[in-house]
Amino acid sequence: MTNLIEIKGVRHAYKTAKGPLPVLDGLELSVPEGGFTAVVGPSGCGKSTLTKLVAGLLKPDEGEVWLHGEKVKSPRSTVGMAFQNPVMLEWRSILKNVMLPLEIVPTKLSRKQQEERARYLLALVGLEGFEDKRPSELSGGMRQRASLCRALVHSPEVLILDEPFGALDAFTREDLWQIMHQVKEKEPFTGVLITHDLRESIYLADQVVVLSGRPARTQFTLDVGTKGTRDIAHLYTPEAAAMLAMLRHQIEIAQGRAPAEAPA
Amino acid sequence: MTFRQIAVPCLAILIFLALWEALVWVMGWPNYKMASPSDLLPAYERYWSLFLTMGWQTLWRTVVGLLLAVVFGTALGMVMGFSRTMRDALYPLLVGFNAIPKATVVPIVALMFVGMHDFNTVLIAFMISFFPIAVSVSIGLSTLEPEYRDILRSLGASQSVIFWKIALPKTLPEFFGALKVAVTLAFIGTNLMEIVSPHGRGLGALFDSGKTNSDYPLMFAVLIALAFLGIVLYYVVVALEKVFAGWAERPQG
Repeated sequence: MTNLIEIKGVRHAYKTAKGPLPVLDGLELSVPEGGFTAVVGPSGCGKSTLTKLVAGLLKPDEGEVWLHGEKVKSPRSTVGMAFQNPVMLEWRSILKNVMLPLEIVPTKLSRKQQEERARYLLALVGLEGFEDKRPSELSGGMRQRASLCRALVHSPEVLILDEPFGALDAFTREDLWQIMHQVKEKEPFTGVLITHDLRESIYLADQVVVLSGRPARTQFTLDVGTKGTRDIAHLYTPEAAAMLAMLRHQIEIAQGRAPAEAPA
Repeated sequence: MTFRQIAVPCLAILIFLALWEALVWVMGWPNYKMASPSDLLPAYERYWSLFLTMGWQTLWRTVVGLLLAVVFGTALGMVMGFSRTMRDALYPLLVGFNAIPKATVVPIVALMFVGMHDFNTVLIAFMISFFPIAVSVSIGLSTLEPEYRDILRSLGASQSVIFWKIALPKTLPEFFGALKVAVTLAFIGTNLMEIVSPHGRGLGALFDSGKTNSDYPLMFAVLIALAFLGIVLYYVVVALEKVFAGWAERPQG
C-alpha cells in the first residue's frame, strides 16, 4: 500500500541573526490513506514546522515530502488546516467563514451546493442554528468546531491539525475528541495531529510518532491500532495506561530527562 | 439611532451653551473680550450668505485633502505594513515630517505655489492628516497573525487575495479610528492656510476679516461654525465605520 503522506529524511533550519537554527534533522513519517497520525514531542521541537512542510508553506533544506505520490513543492489546495487559534474572520458570519476555502480553491460545486456543504458540516459538528452568527458570539469550543468545518469544506485529502484543542478546557476538549470521531466516520480524511496531550493522541490517532528534542528526528512510533473502541472510557483501561506510560517515557527521553535505551 | 442617542448629546450642547452664556453674564465681559452665544445669532443673521459660501469652500477643500490623505496614507501604510525594510526606512522620515509644525509649512507652501489658493489649502489639509492613517494601516497589516496568512496561503491563495480577503478587512477598525483623528486634523490644516494666506477664502478668511474689523461676535461665530462642520464630518465617518467595520463593535453587556 502506498502512503498518502511520505516524509523522507527531512532536514530544515531556520535562518536567524545568530546563524542557522536546525529544527528538523532526519525526520521520517508516513501516513497511509485514511490514517490518522498524532505527532508528540517536547515544546519547540519543530512540530509546527512539520505541518508547514506538509502544507507546502515551507520547503525543506534537505529531504522530500510526498503527498499522494507527488512531491510537494508549493502550497496545494488538497490540504486543510486548523490551528490552536481558530482564526475566524470576525467580519463574516460562521457560514461565510466555513465557505472561505471554496472562494480560493477551484470547485465544481455551484454556489448553492457550496452553501449546502457548509451547512451540512456545521450540522455534523453540532453547530446547526449558528450559521448566521458572528464568531464573537460563539464560545471558544464552538469557534474551534467551525474552524474544523472550514478545514474540511473543500474535501481535502489531508487534514492538518496543529494543537487545535490546546486552548480549550478539559470537558470541551473531550467533547471535540468525540466530534472528531463522528466527523471522520462521515467525512473520511487522512490526518496529521500535532498535540501535547498524550491521552488525546491515543484516543484520536491510530499511530503516534514521538519526535526528539530539537533538532527533531523521529524517535519512536507507536501503533495504537484502529481496532480499539472509540469510547472515551477506553482511555481508563490498563491497555491505554500502558500505552500512555510508554509514550511518557519516550517524551522524557526526548526531553533528555531519561537515558535512551541501548539499541537492541 | 434611538431617541436617547440623539437627545443626550443635544442636551449636553445646550448645557454647554447655557454655561457659556452664564459665564459671560456673571463676569460682565463686554463682547470684545468674550462673545456670548446670544451675540452669535445676530452675526449669523448678518453674514448668513457668507457663512454658506465660505463654509462650503472650507468643507470641500477639507474633504478633498482628507480623501487624498486616505489614498496616500493607505498606500504608504500598505508599503510599510508588508515590508520590514520599508518600515525601517520610512518611519524616521515620517515621524520627522509629522513633528514639523504645519503652521511653519504654510508660508512656505504659500510662496511655492503663489496664487493657487485651492491647491495650497488642500495640500496642507492633506499633509496634516495622512500620518495617523499611514501609521494605523501599517500597524494593522504588520500585526496580522501568521495563522491568518497561512490559512489562505496553504490553499494556494496569492498575496493580493490575502490582502483583499483578510488583511484589508481586518485593518478597517484601526483605519476608521485613525480617520476620526484625521478628520479634525484636516480642518486644522485647511484653516491654517485660509487664515494665513492674504485674500484667502473659506471660514478661515472670514475669521481673519472679523479680526481686522474687530468684529468679535463674528470671530466666535466662525469658530462655532467650524466646530459644527467638524462634528458633521466626524459623524459621516462614524456612519461609514458602522457600515464597513460594524462587526468590530461588540454587543454591550
